[in-house]
Amino acid sequence: MLGSPGPGSQMVEAQLNVKPDFSARVQESEQPRSQVVRFGPEQPFRLDAGVELAPFQIAYQTYGTLNPERTNAVLICHALTGDQHVANTHPVTGKPGWWETMVGPGRPIDTERYFVICANVVGGCMGTTGPSSIDPASGLPYGLGFPGVTVRDMVRAQAVLLDHLGIGMLLAVAGGSMGGMQVLQWAASYPERVFAALPIATATRHSAQNIAFHEVGRQAVMADPDWRQGRYLLEGTSPRRGLAVARMGAHITYLSDAALHRKFGRRFQDRDNPTFSFDADFQVESYLRHQGITFVERFDANSYLYLTRAMDYFDLAADYDGVLANAFKGTKTRFCVISFTSDWLFPTPESRAIVHALNAAAARVSFAEIDTDKGHDAFLLDEPELFAIVRGFLESAAAARGLAAARR
Amino acid sequence: MLARLKRDLTMAEAARGPGGTRVDHLVVAQMVERGSRVLDVGCGDGELLRLLEQRGVDGRGIELSREGVNEGVAKGLAVVQGDADTDLAAYPDDAFDYVILSQTLQATRRPREVLEHMLRIGRRAVVSFPNFGHWRIRIGLLLGGRMPVTANLPDTWYDTPNIHFCTIKDFRDLCEAVGARMEKGVALNAWGAPLRLNAPWWFWNLFGEQAVFLLTRKNAGPNGRTRAR
Repeated sequence: MLGSPGPGSQMVEAQLNVKPDFSARVQESEQPRSQVVRFGPEQPFRLDAGVELAPFQIAYQTYGTLNPERTNAVLICHALTGDQHVANTHPVTGKPGWWETMVGPGRPIDTERYFVICANVVGGCMGTTGPSSIDPASGLPYGLGFPGVTVRDMVRAQAVLLDHLGIGMLLAVAGGSMGGMQVLQWAASYPERVFAALPIATATRHSAQNIAFHEVGRQAVMADPDWRQGRYLLEGTSPRRGLAVARMGAHITYLSDAALHRKFGRRFQDRDNPTFSFDADFQVESYLRHQGITFVERFDANSYLYLTRAMDYFDLAADYDGVLANAFKGTKTRFCVISFTSDWLFPTPESRAIVHALNAAAARVSFAEIDTDKGHDAFLLDEPELFAIVRGFLESAAAARGLAAARR
Repeated sequence: MLARLKRDLTMAEAARGPGGTRVDHLVVAQMVERGSRVLDVGCGDGELLRLLEQRGVDGRGIELSREGVNEGVAKGLAVVQGDADTDLAAYPDDAFDYVILSQTLQATRRPREVLEHMLRIGRRAVVSFPNFGHWRIRIGLLLGGRMPVTANLPDTWYDTPNIHFCTIKDFRDLCEAVGARMEKGVALNAWGAPLRLNAPWWFWNLFGEQAVFLLTRKNAGPNGRTRAR
């Protein structure tokens, strides 16, 4: 099953009569340039929406070596627009992995000590079944025919992957933002499989403000005439303008006023005077446009709709009679919750609410707020304090689980 | 005269026992049973928590300062950033065997509420604090006419985090007011040595530079015995 080829990509290309750049897109969904595990019709994956996906596949990457006792596995959960390429060159963009500062040899999540796994989420576009995958019923991409997904679905899919890999209990689950939501869901759904949990810059539910921002992003995608009611892959178009605008808006929420001011101020881009036009006069405009353009090269618009929706629906307490502490009742997992002072998308009070619930559940919890002006994105950036905390927390978890001490 | 006073007042803080452990921490640790669950409120960089964990205690900490928290978490301790005045309310009743307030009481905004929460969250509370009734402080204030500034209490009155100083006698009154029973008590002199156990309260209040008390709820049961006076 593992590594067996799916439907021939040339055949898919011919069927869809898509433009060359989209054949690449569909190819990454069907034949990802990473490890992939495929489940046939006899092993359907059931979603919260009540629909079964079959066939179903999970694309993932691993780093390091699983020890004979199988006690050193660390699962990384990626954020909204992340993927499984945590610490290797990205196959589409050619850029470094999204968390190479955190994950790698000698890094805080040390791949010389830990066996690191990261899977593309269900609903994603980098090889795990999602809206750009081929619907077996029609032989065409699912598009909006894809069922809605939840954070619970993402976590359940990862559990299926771990079963496949023969890993029972994880040493740790770590992730930021939507990845942090998955970490919390992991701790709630599978407490016996999570020795330590590292939810970073996240919340137990998406706030009204965050849902509002997501809605603006989705509307931008859907307002693009090239979106074609989600059938753009079939019709050979791409809602790149809509998706780029969505990304530009979202990107602002990942930064902070102070960070934008520090990076760009009111400086002009390659000119000394305003042009009195709507060209990108300001550096900050040029930067945002660049962010938007590069994003559409690597991300599927429908995936963006589905995954933002999954975050909107996330409300962990709602599954436990509205009492968040019940989600962690009797947990033996050790937690390390981290927030950033300038993060206004997932502000510190959201993390504090997690901590209060964990306290009420008598869980072993650490909580640190890191002083930075880099906003929500700080969890992806060079933050020495973040690295020291993650390293220290993981080392103490590893020691408690009986792993040999780190070589220094 | 004042210079010498200042130096002397620093000694209790500097007093360290075998292995460089702070004497007041040792006194606190000796009041905590092995294998118990402990919450250290105002745990600083986690020095006391580490000592307790070495003694087989399941320790958690709350600390206000971000630097202290981050240092503690990086050491692998279970420390959360939080405020004793506001965050204790989130903890359920009887969540811990002991709740410790080490050299922090005087820095809280509402010492009485903090102590009440401690007795609610923990089956026992351990409180250590600098005694403002110590004779050197009395003389410093009487002769110098100024609030004392020492290495032990290094901030001037207008920027000190220590806003609620009390004497041993004052603390005894607070315990009475919140229905706490003093099960054990130790007063340390300026050199970190414990004072005679059978000394009267006025003697402790005059010569104890720091005090450590083990408290229980008075309605918690008849097992505790008030220190004989």
